[in-house]
Amino acid sequence: MKPEHFSERKVDVDGWQVNLTTYQLGDKWHTKADNVSPGATLVRIVADTREDAESIALARAKKLLSRTQRRA
Amino acid sequence: MSTYAHPEVLVDTGWVASHAKDANVRVVEVDVDTKAYDEGHVPGAIAWAWNTQLCDTLIRDILPKAQFEVLLTQSGIGNDTTVVLYGDNNNWFAAWAFWQLKIYGHKDARIMDGGRKKWLAEGRDLDTAPAKPAPSAIPYKATEPDYSLRAFLPQVQQAQKTASAVLIDVRSPQEFSGEILAPPGLPETCQRGGHIPGARSVPWGKACNDDGTFKPPEELQKLYGAEGVSQSKPVIAYCRIGERSSHTWFVLKYLLGVDNVVNYDGSWTEWGNLVGAPVEKGAAKPAGQG
Repeated sequence: MKPEHFSERKVDVDGWQVNLTTYQLGDKWHTKADNVSPGATLVRIVADTREDAESIALARAKKLLSRTQRRA
Repeated sequence: MSTYAHPEVLVDTGWVASHAKDANVRVVEVDVDTKAYDEGHVPGAIAWAWNTQLCDTLIRDILPKAQFEVLLTQSGIGNDTTVVLYGDNNNWFAAWAFWQLKIYGHKDARIMDGGRKKWLAEGRDLDTAPAKPAPSAIPYKATEPDYSLRAFLPQVQQAQKTASAVLIDVRSPQEFSGEILAPPGLPETCQRGGHIPGARSVPWGKACNDDGTFKPPEELQKLYGAEGVSQSKPVIAYCRIGERSSHTWFVLKYLLGVDNVVNYDGSWTEWGNLVGAPVEKGAAKPAGQG
């Protein structure tokens, strides 16, 4: 099996940069959201479409990132 | 263009595609996200989980020698096997595994330049069934641990007090400054934010290109040279738990040829929890300013 339609893009989620990596494997779309700096995976989602995979990943990433507290 | 100090430790994705199933080659995926392998991996590659197989699971330490020998034997790796490591996040934990292989004296360890990301981006074959190599017929024999590659707390404390080493903090600028206590979205694992006084900030990812490969030697030299890294003074790299800094350790030791560089794997989860340890807060000073 070969991954297809690989893409990577950075989006802002409540002031945090999130890197979305998406590709198709077979008939499923795989998305990974990481926190750019340092790049640790926040969530990994498998869905039927690119749109679903990315939107679910972003929603879960947003929830996780809301727990990070900025200090003065 | 100049070359890396030890170009033999890097292989490209094309080399791996051609040699992954060679009898004397074992490809090992080591990810931050240990589920990545199951999603699809280099055909023939096995996986090591950093959080269960590459550490002592009772006390905080690297994998003990006896367990290391068992892991390699069961992975079908002999003392003369070429071990090619790759992983997600531009080879973060692949570098962590490489560091341990060198601590235990493995001769031929290499990293696939660009890691998992480049393999995927190039649309190369993936297997989903886990590879199950036969254990080595001859048990793996590790050397005694080479702790010249590793810094422990007293060494770092001494270096900080006497400014006898260049301390390189490879975490993000926000972790360095103390704005956040852990990478965004991850649990906080320290009591105090900031950095070891005197440390220079060089986030680990600056050593990589967008495609996950390592930057060319001239750029790496410029990047680290501007922060005081040279052959004339020991270098101690640290991060939060020692894995990002093993990536920087790899870059400095094997790509730039810095002889005296160590990975302080206790890192900020040790220093930032120590009672009475000095801490500095605030953004990094521009390169060249002390």
